[in-house]
Amino acid sequence: MIAFLAKRLSVGLVTLIVASVVVFAVLEVLPGDPAQLMLGMNATDEAVATLREQMGLDQPLLVRYASWIGGLLTGDFGRSFTYSSPVLDLIAERAVVSLPLALIALAMSTAIAIPVGLFAAARRGKAADTVTMGAAQIGVAVPNFWFALILIYVFAVWLRLVPSGGFPGWEAGVWPGIKALLMPAVALALPQAAILSRVTRSALLEVLGEDYIRTARAKGMPRRHVLWRHALRNAMIPVLTILGLQFAFLLAGTIIIENVFYLPGLGRLVFQAITQRDLIVVEGVVMLLVASVILVNIVVDICYALVDPRLRSNA
Amino acid sequence: MTAWKSILAATALALASSTAAFAARTDVVVGVVLEPPHLDPTAGAAAAIDEVVYANVFEGLTSIGPAGEVEPALAASWEISDDGKVYTFKLHEGVKFHDGSDLTAEDVKFSLDRARAEDSTNAQKGLFAQIDSVEAVDPTTVKVTLKQPQGSFLYNLGWGDAVIVAPESAEGNKEKPIGTGPFKFDNWAKGSSITIVKNPDYWGEAVALDKAEFRIIPDAAAAVPALLSGDVHAFPNMPAGDALPQIQSDSRFEVVIGATEGETVLATNNKKAPFDNLKVRQAIAHALDRDAIMAAGSSGLGTPIGSHFSPANEAYVDLTGTYPLDLDKAKALLKEAGYPDGFKATLKLPPPAYARDGGQVIASQLREIGIELEIIPVEWAQWLEQAFKGKDYDLTIVSHTEPNDIGIYARKDYYFNYDNPDFDKVIAELDVASDQAKRNELFKQAQEILAKDAVNGFLFQLPKVGVWDAKLEGMWENAPIQATDLTGVKWAD
Repeated sequence: MIAFLAKRLSVGLVTLIVASVVVFAVLEVLPGDPAQLMLGMNATDEAVATLREQMGLDQPLLVRYASWIGGLLTGDFGRSFTYSSPVLDLIAERAVVSLPLALIALAMSTAIAIPVGLFAAARRGKAADTVTMGAAQIGVAVPNFWFALILIYVFAVWLRLVPSGGFPGWEAGVWPGIKALLMPAVALALPQAAILSRVTRSALLEVLGEDYIRTARAKGMPRRHVLWRHALRNAMIPVLTILGLQFAFLLAGTIIIENVFYLPGLGRLVFQAITQRDLIVVEGVVMLLVASVILVNIVVDICYALVDPRLRSNA
Repeated sequence: MTAWKSILAATALALASSTAAFAARTDVVVGVVLEPPHLDPTAGAAAAIDEVVYANVFEGLTSIGPAGEVEPALAASWEISDDGKVYTFKLHEGVKFHDGSDLTAEDVKFSLDRARAEDSTNAQKGLFAQIDSVEAVDPTTVKVTLKQPQGSFLYNLGWGDAVIVAPESAEGNKEKPIGTGPFKFDNWAKGSSITIVKNPDYWGEAVALDKAEFRIIPDAAAAVPALLSGDVHAFPNMPAGDALPQIQSDSRFEVVIGATEGETVLATNNKKAPFDNLKVRQAIAHALDRDAIMAAGSSGLGTPIGSHFSPANEAYVDLTGTYPLDLDKAKALLKEAGYPDGFKATLKLPPPAYARDGGQVIASQLREIGIELEIIPVEWAQWLEQAFKGKDYDLTIVSHTEPNDIGIYARKDYYFNYDNPDFDKVIAELDVASDQAKRNELFKQAQEILAKDAVNGFLFQLPKVGVWDAKLEGMWENAPIQATDLTGVKWAD
């Protein structure tokens, strides 16, 4: 198990280093001067030059890369060009919104998808299966921002049960914070749940066709027991894979939902930073997201090993 | 019976007290589309900065009023020497910064010197170029000496970039702005909202509001439900889009279409062939149908313009008829210019709807006379680097939102690449003229020269779509300067 972990971690580290080079290089070739952008069309050339100097943009490329990496290694992500506050503070402010949102959405989606998948698989080919999978098909097809707008109009404009968007901050209390995240989480979770339930169902059906299931059934084990104890556990590998991918998506890919609900999350921070060419913020957030995706993948790999003991030895 | 009476009385009381509570409302939530990068108006060009802090948190010696007029602000009065070169400002007494320190003439000297210093990062450094020296005569008197008379000097001092800051707090203004205004900065939840509260020690007339929150709502689709649900009370400039008629028909809201200082133009590279040919530019002007462009680019709102000047200004001349819509004439001009079959060119479009949607219509209009435009969408950062700085463009669409900025056409090396000594002469005269009648006459001449030269395709003045709760009073109709001045805003009883 230790060798397995060591191998996974070293692969992750190499991925991180490669990612840092790619991220830095891509942002470097992006046209646009952050200083000019901040000072606008009427700025004099000398004012722009002074600002570039203050931002450290007059330094050569390699020097800037080295100082950026050096900073990252000591936990210093640098200072935002536009906000002029430490990048790590900006990320922390946004992560307290994005992380709970992703976790709530993931919990919702799992809580819906696994039972639905089991239900449909157990009734394969029957009306109940057709109806739930039909609904899931619609769930996969519906764009989440459109679904979000429907939620806003029903629950915020018409029923006035929740705010139409925005985030009051955790200092306003735990419940107001969760209340603000509820609708965005539903909007994120349902399409994900639709995908996950279809994956769960098909993985289960595959397992249910295996010989050992027939054996278990033949020796008189109750249906329910077979489904939960034998089938579900063996169907978990593809489900875990999808869950890992979905969590990574929920962390980084929620920009559209964040815009619709005007939530101050990581997605919007990156988007804003890109349009303002606040390169150091983009670099910092992207590196953090890369790291968290790598971490999620390692956790998923460990889960594989826990679910399927055979994978532990070949690692 | 008595039971009924007491219930009635209790209900009446409850109703009365609830209306009383409502009448006493002193907070407002204002929706804004863009989040300011920081809150120091003297260190950035972003309109979003001024839209939060100008007139509310920071004040200058003068200020720009709702009709674009220059009003006294921190300077109670001023005297101008006969040669127009020396301005002596008398400051209000008892003005305090939000950190409790007194405003003195030294702070004014510091602010103006900082803005024009060699290492200044003021986005409008040019505003201060004519200042020769600033002298603090006594604690409430400041003497500014100019290198030469400048007609627009008092107006320039009203810009957000010219607000007065204190030496001890200037560096921290980006995060925690300390000004002299009627509101104090309270809190900035990044990505979410900025809150300002009433300044109890304000030197002038106290504001009616106790608290104002600017909520950042970047998505047009989110702005409409935020208004309908009552979460936001006012959008000084609402991205309402197709939902505007629905809001207009709702009696809970007031919709006020005002004017901005944004001249929206089809900017043309005047030194690049074939646009260096006057006939080609005239042909383009004859082919543009402003109403159709406005219908696509700004929901049909706005005012058509025929030169680079705001219709709200008293010196405005309507020149939209200089080159009326006439496709035959346009084709004939192209033929005379040597392009009987038209030509191919590019059209770079920055993100706003006026450019992206208006640009599609312009491309189809110019196709009518044989000019094939390849549309290239660009981000602002790209636009600034390529079109604005690099002058690597044929045509592009931009709204020039700085107030009274006709002088940009006289700038050497500006991205229009326009060069006309006659125009430069008018602007040079304008720079030193301080008599309003003479200034207006010169403004007229300048507008006419640009219209005749068809420097750019002059399209329309960008509208300001103000939407707010019908009970909210005092919001500005027009935007003569980029600001959300809340000093006169209150809830009706």
